[in-house]
Amino acid sequence: MKKKLITCLLFCLPIFAHASSGVHLEKADINLENKGSLRSGAKLFVNYCLSCHSASYMRYNRMAKDLGLSDEQVEQNMMFIANFDKLEQGQAKKIGELMTVALRKKDGEKYFDIAVPDLTVLARARGADYLYTYLTTFYLDEKRPFGVNNTTFGNVGMPHVLWELEGQKNLVGHDEDGKPKFKYVTKGKLSETEYKAAMTDLVNFMVYMGEPIKLERQRIGIFVMFFLVIFFVIAYLLKKEYWKDVH
Amino acid sequence: MNMMVAMLGWVDDRFPLTKLWNEHLAEYYTPKNFNFWYYFGSLALLVLVIQIVSGIFLTIHYKPDAALAFGSVEYIMRDVEWGWFIRYMHSTGASAFFIVVYLHMFRGLMYGSYRKPRELIWIFGVFIYLALMAEGFFGYLLPWGQMSYWGAQVIINLFAAVPFGIGEPLSEWIRGDFVISDATLNRFFAFHVIAVPLVLIMLVAAHIIALHEVGSGNPDGIEIKKNKGPDGIPLDGIPFHPYYTVKDIMGVVVFLIGFFAVVFFAPTMFGYFIEVPNFEPANALKTPDHIAPVWYYTPFYAMLRAVPPMFASQFPGVIVMGGAIVVLFFLPWIDQSPVKSIRYKDVRTKLALATFAISFVVLGYFGVVSASPVKTMLAQCGTIIYFGYFLYMPFYSRTEIKATMFRAPLVALYSLITLVIIANWWSGAVSYEIKALLTVITLAYTAYFLILPAYVIPAVVKPVPERVTK
Repeated sequence: MKKKLITCLLFCLPIFAHASSGVHLEKADINLENKGSLRSGAKLFVNYCLSCHSASYMRYNRMAKDLGLSDEQVEQNMMFIANFDKLEQGQAKKIGELMTVALRKKDGEKYFDIAVPDLTVLARARGADYLYTYLTTFYLDEKRPFGVNNTTFGNVGMPHVLWELEGQKNLVGHDEDGKPKFKYVTKGKLSETEYKAAMTDLVNFMVYMGEPIKLERQRIGIFVMFFLVIFFVIAYLLKKEYWKDVH
Repeated sequence: MNMMVAMLGWVDDRFPLTKLWNEHLAEYYTPKNFNFWYYFGSLALLVLVIQIVSGIFLTIHYKPDAALAFGSVEYIMRDVEWGWFIRYMHSTGASAFFIVVYLHMFRGLMYGSYRKPRELIWIFGVFIYLALMAEGFFGYLLPWGQMSYWGAQVIINLFAAVPFGIGEPLSEWIRGDFVISDATLNRFFAFHVIAVPLVLIMLVAAHIIALHEVGSGNPDGIEIKKNKGPDGIPLDGIPFHPYYTVKDIMGVVVFLIGFFAVVFFAPTMFGYFIEVPNFEPANALKTPDHIAPVWYYTPFYAMLRAVPPMFASQFPGVIVMGGAIVVLFFLPWIDQSPVKSIRYKDVRTKLALATFAISFVVLGYFGVVSASPVKTMLAQCGTIIYFGYFLYMPFYSRTEIKATMFRAPLVALYSLITLVIIANWWSGAVSYEIKALLTVITLAYTAYFLILPAYVIPAVVKPVPERVTK
């Protein structure tokens, strides 16, 4: 006990203060450099998420640019949301617009009993592992209004919109680590492995969307460090030269 | 060239430009023996400039409106050219400011920078620290994230704990509403971008003017002005410019390496500089699982939580927390040592400072994590040591025995409170080892820093040399 206490006193700050949440989390094997994965994640996102959830701080053309797509590709394949504000004038959304959603906030609350959250920075709030685990732990539950529940986010208000891809499964218990065990009831369009890979892509895209500048910032950072190290050598020599006559 | 000289002369006839330059830089004689700890004053000034400049750019794009604030921060992060860089500089700068200021203050404690004739410099400094805490608090609400909202809720509720019917109206007055709302955000914006910065800049000016009036201290605690050469220049002094300007540039570069490493590679610093729940917009209906203030407030937050509610009120905790800062103001007068610097003080003073620093860091840790009975006891022990450093200082710093301990009512009361806290530990359901360990630590602390110096062994200081050492 004493030893524990001393260790506790010595190592004052834990590195990850917000890591523990009590729920078993799977590791999301994401890679922001993988543009293919990001594109496939983007496709899933606009097809399945962007009908109820908005990503209202993200612009279509920013996504196009960062994912290596042309504006036309995005306009023709990924922009299904009509611009309801301007629909009377017969206009669709423009490429530079934000990824907002047609579902009104009030209606969302009526349908799901809860305000549908915006997803732009959700990955930064919840973390990739949480989202990945959440997306892979839906199971059938008669008691819930949409017939599904989730082991990561208990009594979640969201239906399993990806069930066509994954199929449907029952919760059959937990192993010693608290990891849930499932049994598939119906088959989906994707195999279990394919579905997990698809969810990795989706989470990868959401992490990208949380901070689109991340890779660029790290790239610039290396130059900044390089510059400062050289600057330090010069500053050090300058100081040494000046301080020669101080005794 | 002649043109330049003429222009300077023209200005000097109307404004003391050369005089200011000489008095504060070129002919400000600074002790030549500054060490590592003396970088943090100029670094604090640098961070202040970073915060003001990045802050100006942020205000250009930010919208202080509850419906728009969160979105406008994301707009800065995405759509504003280099907006992410400006924002991360500002958020990292806030934490950097406190790191630098804490080290600067620790320097003051080590080398007795608060001692006569520098009492006012110290007092201005404590006011700067207070202003900085206010500045950080107001600024933290502005991104309008979950932790912004609930952190502000916790702090404003501290004011609501003031008794005699003052608390509720006071907290309402601060919020400008019955709950934290758009009105609160709007006024916090005003405080953050103009009111507090103005105070801060004026205090920094006063801090530096007072410093340059009496001259800088040094790690030996020697007044260099006492040893002047025939030309009236201190023998151990060198002009601030160019010697310390070039030395501080070196310090600045080292600081910037650390600063930009955070900005470019770990801008949230694993949830310490930007807390994770702040990526969710403020939601008055959803309390986060665990509300923790940003790391630089956590030592005081731990003290607040360490004090149990009394008479159904959190107010005693608020008093302790406030007292932890107020006690700093008295430091110049409670240090009774004949020497300034830790170099010449006795081992007891060194230990007192070391335990104080450890208790501050440990309290900081307990302010981050969620509470438990053991952690509360440890935080109470840390709080006792934190205040003990100040309250016992008149005894352990003194070189002669003066058994006035129980004639000093505050110290007598403090010893009594310490005993009550220890007695209270033994009524709790915590394991015997922890109770025993903490009791021994606390009693040993009191005996070593209060009873022993007051009645048995006074401090023995080393002789201070005439001239500064390397």
